[in-house]
Amino acid sequence: MPERREFLLKTFKSLGLAATGGLAWSGFIEEGRSAPLILRPPGALPEKDFLASCIKCGMCVEACPYDALVLAKPGDSKPVGTPYYTPRTNPCYMCRDIPCVPVCPTGSLDKTLVSEKGEDGELRLNINMAKMGIAVIDREICIAYAGIQCDACYRACPLIDKAITVEYTRNVRTGKHTIQAPVVHSDACTGCGLCERACVTRKASIFVLPKEIAMGQSSERYIKGWDEQDEERMKEATEKVTTQTPRSGRKALDYLNDEL
Amino acid sequence: MKVSRRDFLKTTAAVSAATAIGLSVPDNLKAVAAETQADWRWDKAVCRFCGTGCGIMIATRNDMIVAVKGDPLAPVNMGLNCIKGYFNAKIMYGADRLTDPLLRVNDAGEFDKNGKFRPVTWERAFDEMANQFKKYYSELGPKGISVFGSGQYTVQEGVAAVKLVKGGFRSNNIDPNARHCMASAVVGFIQTFGIDEPAGNYDDMHFADSIVLWGANMAEMHPVLWSKITDRKLSRPDWVKLVNISTFRNRCSNISDIEIIIKPNTDLALLNYIAREIVYNRPEAIDQDFVDRYCVFATGPVDIGYGMRSRIDHPKYRPGELDTAAREASKTVTKEEAHAWSSLGIKAGSTLRMKNTKKPVKHWAISFDDFKKGLEPYTLDFVAELAKGDSDESLSEFKDKLKKLVEYYVAKDRKVSSFWTMGFNQHVRGSWVNEQMYMVHLLLGKIAQPGNSPFSLTGQPSACGTAREVGTFAHRLPSDMVVFNPKHRKKSEKLWKLPEGTLNPVVGSHYTKIMRDLEDGKIKWAWVQVCNPWQNTANMNHWIKAAREMDNFIVVSEVYPGISAKVADLILPTAMIFEKWGAYGNAERRTQHWRQQVTPVGKAMSDTWQTVEFSKRFTLAEVWKAHKINDKVTLPDVMAKARAMGYKDTDTLYDVLYANKEAKSYKWPDPVGKGFLNSEAAGDKRDVEGFKGYGFFIQKYLWGEYRKFGIGNGHDLADFDTYHKVRGLKWPVVNGKETPWRFNADYDPYARKANTGQFAFYGKALKAIAQGDLKGPRKELEKLKLPNKAKIFLRHYAEAAEIPSSEYPLWLCTGRVLEHWHSGTMTMRVPELYRAAPEAVCFMHPNDAESNGFRDGQLIWIESRRGKVKSRINTRGRNSPPKGLIFVPWFDERVLINKVTLDATCPMSKETDFKKCAVKVYKA
Repeated sequence: MPERREFLLKTFKSLGLAATGGLAWSGFIEEGRSAPLILRPPGALPEKDFLASCIKCGMCVEACPYDALVLAKPGDSKPVGTPYYTPRTNPCYMCRDIPCVPVCPTGSLDKTLVSEKGEDGELRLNINMAKMGIAVIDREICIAYAGIQCDACYRACPLIDKAITVEYTRNVRTGKHTIQAPVVHSDACTGCGLCERACVTRKASIFVLPKEIAMGQSSERYIKGWDEQDEERMKEATEKVTTQTPRSGRKALDYLNDEL
Repeated sequence: MKVSRRDFLKTTAAVSAATAIGLSVPDNLKAVAAETQADWRWDKAVCRFCGTGCGIMIATRNDMIVAVKGDPLAPVNMGLNCIKGYFNAKIMYGADRLTDPLLRVNDAGEFDKNGKFRPVTWERAFDEMANQFKKYYSELGPKGISVFGSGQYTVQEGVAAVKLVKGGFRSNNIDPNARHCMASAVVGFIQTFGIDEPAGNYDDMHFADSIVLWGANMAEMHPVLWSKITDRKLSRPDWVKLVNISTFRNRCSNISDIEIIIKPNTDLALLNYIAREIVYNRPEAIDQDFVDRYCVFATGPVDIGYGMRSRIDHPKYRPGELDTAAREASKTVTKEEAHAWSSLGIKAGSTLRMKNTKKPVKHWAISFDDFKKGLEPYTLDFVAELAKGDSDESLSEFKDKLKKLVEYYVAKDRKVSSFWTMGFNQHVRGSWVNEQMYMVHLLLGKIAQPGNSPFSLTGQPSACGTAREVGTFAHRLPSDMVVFNPKHRKKSEKLWKLPEGTLNPVVGSHYTKIMRDLEDGKIKWAWVQVCNPWQNTANMNHWIKAAREMDNFIVVSEVYPGISAKVADLILPTAMIFEKWGAYGNAERRTQHWRQQVTPVGKAMSDTWQTVEFSKRFTLAEVWKAHKINDKVTLPDVMAKARAMGYKDTDTLYDVLYANKEAKSYKWPDPVGKGFLNSEAAGDKRDVEGFKGYGFFIQKYLWGEYRKFGIGNGHDLADFDTYHKVRGLKWPVVNGKETPWRFNADYDPYARKANTGQFAFYGKALKAIAQGDLKGPRKELEKLKLPNKAKIFLRHYAEAAEIPSSEYPLWLCTGRVLEHWHSGTMTMRVPELYRAAPEAVCFMHPNDAESNGFRDGQLIWIESRRGKVKSRINTRGRNSPPKGLIFVPWFDERVLINKVTLDATCPMSKETDFKKCAVKVYKA
């Protein structure tokens, strides 16, 4: 797609020009650091490392067969020149050969993050390992949770029955129907956003957020006794344990020697 | 009176619901509703889409539909909807809605088949339409014209159309797209019970202990019913068993106890395996008393062809099509067929000549011993080997599933409901497989009781209510009557006020045959109403060419521009569901009416109005003269009789069929329509070309007259006004009461009247049949009369019309997706639905994709002997075909998969098998 390439290069040239103007420059700085909600291509390094290494060459964008990836332009409120996608309008289609990743000249898109070892020991690309983000459901607006037979997100999911499953419960209001509610599973969801695009509510009630924003983090000091998998997290439980609260702010002796 | 927002919402909902069922509402509540609702109006209606028949409420404001809600009082859906139903409010307002009649014209403004579409007046449109009609009608007679009708006609539209075509034009060439949808189910009903439509109702879903889906992807095609079935499953998860039988994995498998993936067409063998198990190994499971009292055994010929053209070297066939086409005349018997047909003495490798293609429906009574003998070959080993559809599954695992399936059917303490749709009906042996389903249920006596229900699900909103009950088929008249029965014609002529002898006794062309006749130049004038034949008919390259290149005139009544409109010569802008009064009948015999909610857009007018206006252009003398139909049949000149009835030669069909004395007795305004529009009766604010209305309540008249057909013969419908007070009623409605389960004396007054004990299969059709043995009827035996009995048919396995080969190695199966309705005309205009499923993709097994070097999302060609289309590969979607089969939906006019499909039909029902043909795939 020569035209597209040309367009990209032009964008960069004008970007270079703009960068000399003070006003644009300050905008660039601003956009350079404020983009917590940005969704990166598959295999992207953690955001800080990604920004440090991405040379804004546009190779990944050019490689995307669906034109899902775009480079941030001034005014997008995103670090200018870096690649991202917008699921509601053009999600990631999860190509099995992940064309956007191997072309990255700097490793900002890291092949090893989306590859697994085959039986022959060779690394093979596996898009299912991508962690671009995670789909989150607004259960109050989602019509499936109200009993409407929708689940458009579920049927749009390329990892159907893994990343999104349908949970059947009885509809106590009617007593004769089920509620078939979509449920996202973080271990499988890649954040591709095909669900967000498919969602039929006015503003999508399932939408992709960067994982670190959307997800909580459980305590490293408690393991679910009924869940063998949870034992994995023991790795995080180091021996360095000193807890601190406002209550423990003062040394014990100071506290004890204070007047009552 | 101060009302909080929450109270306000509750009050308005309760009032609109209560008033619609005719309950009285306390006056103070009414006042609240009036005060808070001043701005909009709720009224009850029905969902536009599938055969489920969900009730909805429509909100209008300033003559626009502004919202819908599921009707909490509708028994089917209790306020719920699927996502198509959710968008009923948006289907009418697409930016490219057709608003003017459009005619192909040349620069001089004259009609020109090769001209461009230009807006014309209705007057001009009807002038051209009538001129063209008269030209071809005088050349070819009643056989030369045709109407493509619909299972999405309102009841009244269907009545208006069938009266004009059969009563006015004396042609039987009217056939609905419902032919493609449930004609096989109809043959099954008529041959088995002598009367159409299911005995049970949706409540069976709440009572059944075993629920078996046969070729019915209910999770997508009947979502609200699926939510009923799954609720039953959750009510007793360990006890209720759900089985999903399909040729590919679909979403119904999620919650099923067993998923059985079969090879195409082997459902025929699978049902015989169940019957064989019952008869040979579990005879105690047979309800002997029921079978003895209420059933006879029957069978029919196997050499019935595949419903393709009888001329196998038809000049319009392309050379590549000829090998498949030849199977209409004869086929080589496969090893499996020979085994299955061993009781008939047919050998593998021999040539089976299709001797019964003209009389595929003939059947005769046989003994139970013959029936048993016929089933003998269908052992577990034979059937499992034949039917296993997933090569990755082990034979022993598959056998275990079949054994469990039998158990779920036969166990005495289990009530069983079977559900099927297009997997059964769109099948070259669709009528057989429907009958086999009844075979199993009848043997077990598990039928016509709550929870014991072989249930044919219907695809379209009024395939039952209009296409079947009104009889907009090439062979039918209202209330299960047929054109070839003189008594039926006589009754229809009387009720329709036609001279005796008007109706044509020769069955007309069915849907696919209308296309073939257009291609052959035997039909030269066609009118399309409420369907999209040039997208929905298999092997469509032929039909597009026929429409555009042959000498003919195609009129398409449409709401949006689609493929059929594109091939038309004249397009008529048509009112949509809530822009007219109407009624639909759903799959459980529930009839539901609605009022006109808003004025149609642009100059769009209803199908009823179009039919009625067209009728004004024909005098009786033009159509009721003598017409030669074939060498044996000439329709008599009935003008003398017409004059004796008081008609004049110059009277128009309008005067006789629609604006007669009876019609005019239905006054408009009428209390049932107080505050509502009636564009046909009274015109509307648009004053379309000065149309001021007919001055009478035409929809109520058409209902009232049609209703007389059913009274007293098992098809009783309630009066018009009643349906505007209730949430539908399941016919027969006798003494104001609906009938939940037919044929069962506990619930059905007709069964009680028959006085034959608990049950009576009282349908009247085909209740005197020849007797014989497995080889055929024996002439020396007298006809067997079987009043109030059902037939248990022995039907056999037979392979599909076209099977994969080295050149075309894959099965192609087509169908729908939840998000889109049929050809996508309406749903592809709803932005949310478009976005949810923007294009038809080709679902394929990942190994098949890999072995062809395809990656997901890649465009490939799908090619058969007949044509090819491009589609994108999807190996990880909602449908997971086994190796060797692909699934492509047909809603997307950019992926016209019916260019690829084969127009073979069930020879009995003439319903196309859209589920099976052979294709190859390669990179685009």
